[in-house]
Amino acid sequence: MARYAVEVKNLNRTFTTKAVRGKSKKEIVKALNDVNLTINEGELFGLLGPNGAGKTTLIKILCTLLLPSSGEARVLGHDVHKDTNAIRQKINMVSGGETSGYGLLTVRENIWLFSQLYGIPSKEANRRIDMLMKELKLEHKKNSKVRTLSTGLRQKANMVRGFMTDPALIFLDEPTLGLDVNASRLIRDFIKNWIREKPSRTVLLTTHYMVEADELCDRVAIINDGRVLACDTPDNLKKLIHQDSVLKLEIRQVDNVTAFENIAGVRNFTHSNDMASGITRLKFILDDEAIVADIVAAVPKSGSKILSVQKTEPTLEDVFVALVGRGLTNHEV
Amino acid sequence: MAVNRKSRSMGISQKSLKSMRRSIPRYPTGNYHPNKENVESRHRNARTLKWSAWLGWQMESNWADPFLFMVYSVAKPIAASLILVVMYSIIAAIGGGPDIGLFHYMFVSNAFFMYVGQVLFGVAQIVHDDREHFQTMKYIYISPSNYFSYMIGRSVSKMVITTFAVIITMAFGVFLLNVPLNIFTINWLLFMAVMVIGIFCIMAFGLALAGLSFLTAKHQGGMNEGIAGLFYLFCGVVFPVSILPSWGMSFAKILPITYWLELVRRTLNLGVGMDSTLSGASTAYCMAILCLSTLIFSIVALAIFKVGDTVARQKGLIDMTTAY
Ligand SMILES: Nc1ncnc2c1ncn2[C@@H]1O[C@H](COP(=O)(O)OP(=O)(O)OP(=O)(O)O)[C@@H](O)[C@H]1O
Ligand SMILES: [Mg+2]
Repeated sequence: MARYAVEVKNLNRTFTTKAVRGKSKKEIVKALNDVNLTINEGELFGLLGPNGAGKTTLIKILCTLLLPSSGEARVLGHDVHKDTNAIRQKINMVSGGETSGYGLLTVRENIWLFSQLYGIPSKEANRRIDMLMKELKLEHKKNSKVRTLSTGLRQKANMVRGFMTDPALIFLDEPTLGLDVNASRLIRDFIKNWIREKPSRTVLLTTHYMVEADELCDRVAIINDGRVLACDTPDNLKKLIHQDSVLKLEIRQVDNVTAFENIAGVRNFTHSNDMASGITRLKFILDDEAIVADIVAAVPKSGSKILSVQKTEPTLEDVFVALVGRGLTNHEV
Repeated sequence: MAVNRKSRSMGISQKSLKSMRRSIPRYPTGNYHPNKENVESRHRNARTLKWSAWLGWQMESNWADPFLFMVYSVAKPIAASLILVVMYSIIAAIGGGPDIGLFHYMFVSNAFFMYVGQVLFGVAQIVHDDREHFQTMKYIYISPSNYFSYMIGRSVSKMVITTFAVIITMAFGVFLLNVPLNIFTINWLLFMAVMVIGIFCIMAFGLALAGLSFLTAKHQGGMNEGIAGLFYLFCGVVFPVSILPSWGMSFAKILPITYWLELVRRTLNLGVGMDSTLSGASTAYCMAILCLSTLIFSIVALAIFKVGDTVARQKGLIDMTTAY
């Protein structure tokens, strides 16, 4: 049965910011502007966009924290406005980069409290908490007070809280924000394994990190200024932009490069010699990717040998720049 | 502190696990039957209430040093009583001569007013703390349990903790300040009825305020303190209502806390006759007023939560943090 985990139609959300006494005018921010989106059950779906794009706003609406200004949003078949309770039983949400939790309680007590808000039987709750703490390498901290934990560990504890309820759909708002390389990797692997375990599980995550979206997501929506600019698999998104393929070769130095001239399908050919290291560098811009073989075959004809081959492909970053008009910096703070 | 440690381990202790296993139905799997769902949601709310009360107790008592906690929970009410002694001395000096009845009036009223300060206003404070300080409100809010049940649980623990403080204060008064409390002449049945209804009333009012706090930012908490001040002045806590100007007396007569404190003094037979305002009103009449206002506040609290819920979601207030 094909079913949508999330179905969003003509969704709008505006915020009115209050005027600061005498200084600024009342401002209307369109955080979401006519958003249309469907996420299939079982999908790992990514929202990619710069700061202020509206990612968090969309997640808040879907997890029943915020009401839309207009339009329709359905989560697991339930309307966010009318069937709030039905949705809440099946979802959970974790937002990264925050330090939530009761500092005076231990990690375990914090999570335990939430397991009870979801009515999970004690034995089952304990089993899940133990299992998740182990998987996220938080076991050694389970009886530590939350206030003694580093930000990264608190974030992991927050992940345990979110996954502990075994939601059918989980919203992850920048789950790796501010984490070090190892912790980020752990979280990414965890998410991948989690969704693989049961085909009905769905994840909606937001991120700033291109690599994360590319690596994790089945499909990605690129969002900017409250609008969805494109939505497809990472591969298809890359095909969206017709960036030319570039082939770079390093071969043993040759004086005569006529063998490489006039190969059909090459739009542009340049070369340079590096006398010091005895290398000739060749750069081809290809109209047709199929001719890579012809170029490689021309190397022995010129009496040389291949030292290295490099072909560059468009990245998700290129797609993003093409659509949004500017890049995403991955190195803030 | 033994009590503290025991209740803490209760969080996950085997004993409580067993008792919960017995009482709780299986975790929902797959298809929901409307009836089954009702039962489940009732159980979930019961658990929410239980564990939020537990949370409240932890928050108040989980001190790094149990000794400090003991000192704090005993010393605070005793210090408050001593301040009262000073206040009484000043009033007596101004009023020309001591009146021990007035002291008993002040002492009892102040001791029981702790419920108003702690439960009524403490509950509203929880909303701000959960939202801005602990940042847990949004996660509690999107859980399938009822936020109202959660708040009731939190206020129950405030109530229990305040009861300890009131008992300590009264004991201090009886043993060291010669407050003539005679536990053999008290109509305990009536006293319990007064306490139960009074605390209900205070909790309902507190929940209504909590509902309003939902819609206000932390720095607007001044509103709550303002209301607390009004109650302190007009409900016959530091001085008899009868010394207020007539408009003040009329105002006092619409505040249910006035009736509650009067009933507490009457049932404990302390400081009676100091205040002529309600002397014409029978105990039954005071009880009726208290019951009626409890009912009204309960309905108002529920309504505010219901409306506040929608408004908060419309305005995006549930995870609002203010720079302060
Ligand atoms: N409560 C609010 N009041 C006023 N404006 C808001 C509110 N919440 C969000 N906005 C505005 O809506 C827009 C979208 O914000 P949102 O938080 O959804 O962005 P985001 O994509 O999550 O950004 P980031 O990557 O920084 O997390 C922003 O312009 C923001 O200023
Ligand atoms: Mg965001």
